[in-house]
Amino acid sequence: MSAHNSQAVERYRNDFLREVEERVEEGQWVKMCMQCGVCAGSCPFGPHWQHSPQKLFMMIRAGKRQEVLSSDSMWMCTSCYNCVVRCPRQLPITHIMHGLASYAHRLGLAPKSQPTREFATMFWNNLAKKGRVNELKLTLALYFKDGLVSGIKTALGMQSIGLGMVKAKRLNPMEILGGHGLKDLKGFHAIIAKAREIEDKKKGLVS
Amino acid sequence: MAKKEYAFYPGCSSQLKASASNYLTSVNSMCKTLDVKLTEIPDWNCCGASIGYAEGGELPRIAINARNFALAETHLPGQDIVATCAACWLGARESKDRLDENSVLMKETNEALAAAGLHYKAEVKVRHMVEVLIEDFGYDELKKPVKKPLEGVKFAGYVGCQTNRPFGIAGESFENPKYLDKMVETLGGEPVESYDQKVTCCGGALAFSEPDKSQKQIRDIVESAYDHGAEMIVTPCPLCQANVEVYQSEINKKQGTKFNMPVLYYSQLMSVAYGGSMKDAGLDGQLIRATRLEEIAKK
Repeated sequence: MSAHNSQAVERYRNDFLREVEERVEEGQWVKMCMQCGVCAGSCPFGPHWQHSPQKLFMMIRAGKRQEVLSSDSMWMCTSCYNCVVRCPRQLPITHIMHGLASYAHRLGLAPKSQPTREFATMFWNNLAKKGRVNELKLTLALYFKDGLVSGIKTALGMQSIGLGMVKAKRLNPMEILGGHGLKDLKGFHAIIAKAREIEDKKKGLVS
Repeated sequence: MAKKEYAFYPGCSSQLKASASNYLTSVNSMCKTLDVKLTEIPDWNCCGASIGYAEGGELPRIAINARNFALAETHLPGQDIVATCAACWLGARESKDRLDENSVLMKETNEALAAAGLHYKAEVKVRHMVEVLIEDFGYDELKKPVKKPLEGVKFAGYVGCQTNRPFGIAGESFENPKYLDKMVETLGGEPVESYDQKVTCCGGALAFSEPDKSQKQIRDIVESAYDHGAEMIVTPCPLCQANVEVYQSEINKKQGTKFNMPVLYYSQLMSVAYGGSMKDAGLDGQLIRATRLEEIAKK
């Protein structure tokens, strides 16, 4: 169990709803859910969620902390916002799903090799490095995440697409050498570090 | 002096040799005709996209968007920020709305920005290029420069998610937005109004992490375009464009379909209709060539 997780368990005891309200992005909305299920029926990846947003909201209120935070479900969110615009109570469901996933990730409770967790982490680290996304490095990082052999296999399978993109001038092999980046990278990094520091302090995630 | 000026936020995918570089090419061509001056926000950064949430958290994501706002306010005062990418627009607009509504978040964000000597004053407006076209010009104005109407070409208007929800374009519905159809009509093309997948999700960033689930979505989007007699798909979103165009060959390989449906940006249609060459319209950036548009461009 991570130190952040033990600390959270200690602090909130059995009040998981309060934990979500205080620490999860837009978590204060969870108690507003009236269990109509429109979100579940509106999700493009609906069939792949073990627990729909509606169920997750009820589980939070029932104090099912471990089941919610280790769930694979919220990682199925494609950020399409269909649930948000259809929710009769106008809950920002997309953000609550992001918030739950991100919190579970932070506590080390999210499923380990969940592919969207891995990709989302790679994406942020990629953009945070130079201030802009390096599409080539992001793609390669994704292909080679499970090691060299499977990476080469995936890359070969996608070869015709990759070459097509290069030919259409929509992928630059030279990006491997650096690619686009910010002039004031130092300032950009300082902003992220400061923002993280403030957020961690506020959410009690300081070790 | 140009008729209209904006602080331009092109986003990562529109950069030189990035996945939507042909979007930018066609936007530049379109703006030249409309006498719009786009000035890039100096040293703009990535918006974090939606998928940045897991590692990025809340405040760092909002703070990097606020960095762009602060740069725009300082260097391009009085100009609206205009994004061409759906995710950039959404990430920026969402950050701005939250900052404007929440004074605590505003204070914390400015504390973070101060680490780079910046300050956000909350003066700036964040808009999508489609809003600029519809609100600042309007369909009648957009029709005037048409030199080569896209006669006889049938387009399925694929709006997708993030240009449509949760903000969308004023006056349009979330379930059946009509602006792309109206734009196609304005340019002399034939909108396929019965196209029933116009707001279906393509999988977004999960096209990378959950390819099979996303390709099922993409299959529906392309198949319905064929079923309703479309010759091409047109979209305002760079990720929709890439996902729906690029993965057709994968779906063909895995599922035995014979998809070969060109997927274009609204700005490419406008560039061609305004007399732009194939190159001006970025048609040379298509993986699936839009032959009929190329023919019109060559006329």
